[in-house]
Amino acid sequence: MAVKAAGRAASQADFKPPQPAELIQLLTPEGERAEHPDYPLEISTDEIKALYRDLVLVRRIDFEAIALQRQGELGIWASLLGQEAAQVGSGRALGPRDMAFPTYREHGVAWCRGLDPTKLLELFRGVSHGGWDPKEHNIALYTIVIGSHVLHATGYAMGIQRDGALGEDGQAAIAYFGDGATSQGDVNEAFIWASVTNAPVVFFCQNNQWAISEPLERQSRVPLYLRAHGFGFPGVRVDGNDVLGCLAVTRKAMQAAREGQGPTLIEAYTYRMGAHTTTDDPTRYRLSAELESWKLKDPVERVKQYLIRSGLADESFFTGISAEADEVGKRVRKACLEMPDPTPLSMFDNVYVEPTALLNAERAQLAAYLDSFAGEEGAR
Amino acid sequence: MTTLTLSKALNEGLRKAMENDPKVLIMGEDVGRLGGVFRVTDGLQKDFGEDRVLDTPLAESGIVGTAIGLALRGYRPVCEIQFDGFVFPAFDQITTQLAKMRYRSLGKLILPVVIRVPCGGGIGAVEHHSESPEALFAHTAGLRVVVCGDPADAYAMIQQSISCDDPVIFFEPKRRYWDKTEVDLAGGVAGAAPLDRARTLASGTDATVLCYGPMVRTCAEAAVAAQADGRSIEVIDLRSIAPLDTEAIFASVRKTGRCIVVHEAPVTGGLGGEIAALVTQECFYQMEAPVLRVGGYSTPYPPSRIEEHYLPDLDRVLDAVDRAFTY
Repeated sequence: MAVKAAGRAASQADFKPPQPAELIQLLTPEGERAEHPDYPLEISTDEIKALYRDLVLVRRIDFEAIALQRQGELGIWASLLGQEAAQVGSGRALGPRDMAFPTYREHGVAWCRGLDPTKLLELFRGVSHGGWDPKEHNIALYTIVIGSHVLHATGYAMGIQRDGALGEDGQAAIAYFGDGATSQGDVNEAFIWASVTNAPVVFFCQNNQWAISEPLERQSRVPLYLRAHGFGFPGVRVDGNDVLGCLAVTRKAMQAAREGQGPTLIEAYTYRMGAHTTTDDPTRYRLSAELESWKLKDPVERVKQYLIRSGLADESFFTGISAEADEVGKRVRKACLEMPDPTPLSMFDNVYVEPTALLNAERAQLAAYLDSFAGEEGAR
Repeated sequence: MTTLTLSKALNEGLRKAMENDPKVLIMGEDVGRLGGVFRVTDGLQKDFGEDRVLDTPLAESGIVGTAIGLALRGYRPVCEIQFDGFVFPAFDQITTQLAKMRYRSLGKLILPVVIRVPCGGGIGAVEHHSESPEALFAHTAGLRVVVCGDPADAYAMIQQSISCDDPVIFFEPKRRYWDKTEVDLAGGVAGAAPLDRARTLASGTDATVLCYGPMVRTCAEAAVAAQADGRSIEVIDLRSIAPLDTEAIFASVRKTGRCIVVHEAPVTGGLGGEIAALVTQECFYQMEAPVLRVGGYSTPYPPSRIEEHYLPDLDRVLDAVDRAFTY
């Protein structure tokens, strides 16, 4: 006998959840340019080609990382497959002085910020918990606790306000998170803070439809972007597999934030084509038919189709990018394999600005213990 | 020298820190116009403006989470959590983010955030307004945890905490907010003990009593009372409970041979247990008696009409001292 979940039978009869109005799209899945009155996009062929290159390279880095995990070189990997356009489109909408706050899946954003992809592997290999300098490329460290960093982005944006760094050439922060994160208190608190302080922050939600095994309907009964309205700022939904749409929508939201017009919630409607991470098995909870339908909306292929159809790129361009991708893949692999393990005693570093007496004592204790094995067979 | 309450001394310390560094911000619930429910931030918004003294939305995780973001931008936020029992919505941000972010960055970031938390009982309050959660934070690597004991020290400690580049959880004994001492407002903090050092309040030879926060006054009074019984008690205000000033603790216990740890927090899993283990390990051959703990019982904080039976007082401290002489 089927067990029925409590309270699911009926919602209040007269409550009609709001329905999504439209999906902003500037490049169709078939690779045709579309126009949108609110998001005019002036973009050169070279710029589109550069976006294509980004998309291909980040996908290649992702494939390489999955392979490295399968070969035991990484402990885990969170694949961005399917979300390349959302990340590259939004990532390329940022100025160098804007600050990005990523989750652990934002490899495409990290790429756009100029962070060496091998830095990402350190975290997934277990060599460090991140370790890059957020100030160097203006991308914060990956945050693994869901939604925590959305408050950090908002606080950072409040700092931008206090620095008087708003205006036409101002700065803004952008927080990346997923559909699951929208249920977190921290994300909702960030919406409140940003709203009442009018902070220059853009909330970029990649709705990839799945929070590990839980579909969007476990998180929300309303389209996510509409939540912004309840908090008092605009929300928009863009085709997250359309790199041009994501670029245009993010550009506009970031510029509004920089000019002091406050936050925007962008819902990039996309799909997590792979597993949540390499330890996950999506065949246990979703249908392959769903996956197949999203393959037709592939974010990389549509740009390729556009470039071919419009006669803007020839075969040599695509083979060139493909060759570069292989080079990047090789470089990432080599860097991963050559990555030294940290020394055991390094675990005591950087807990505080100055090590405490306790940490120094524990460090000495472990050092002496390790030394006691010196000269033994299989010394540590 | 000026005679100030603990609350006013903290207020003056905050004011001084804000004058000295324009990056210092104060943020929390009701800290602006109202001046905080204990008036610790009284008048600061009027003098420093709403950009530096922020009345925040009512959400503790949001307070600490946005403070982290401000710190990443170069600010030095001082957050007020209104009561000890309300710190838990912020516990996640404090323990998973604030405490670990420097470590995560391999030392490339500093997180100079101070989180002020009024703590402890004895004011006849309702549930969640009388707790002592310091051990939860002392257990978390990456945080400094300090507890001020009197106005003069509080004035220095709050300034030291704000200028510290590590995150500091700053506990304030709320039933001592109205206690008064002389405070040297002109002298600055140079003469004060470093933030991670204990201070000896009374020298003695027969037993060491370790305490902090609200128990500082209680234990100082107990030492005076013990003199009448011919017992010489050394009272040490730990001030910092993470890190602990073990040097001061061990030196005293080696001298007296007896150690009693006093705190309001439940003894189970509390600082007293940690100190007992450390003292036993380091001072074993000088000890005349096991380390004894005086603290709250292993119950939730009781209703206020019976809190006097839960909270350690002078007699319970003296009772423990007596027991330390029976071994």
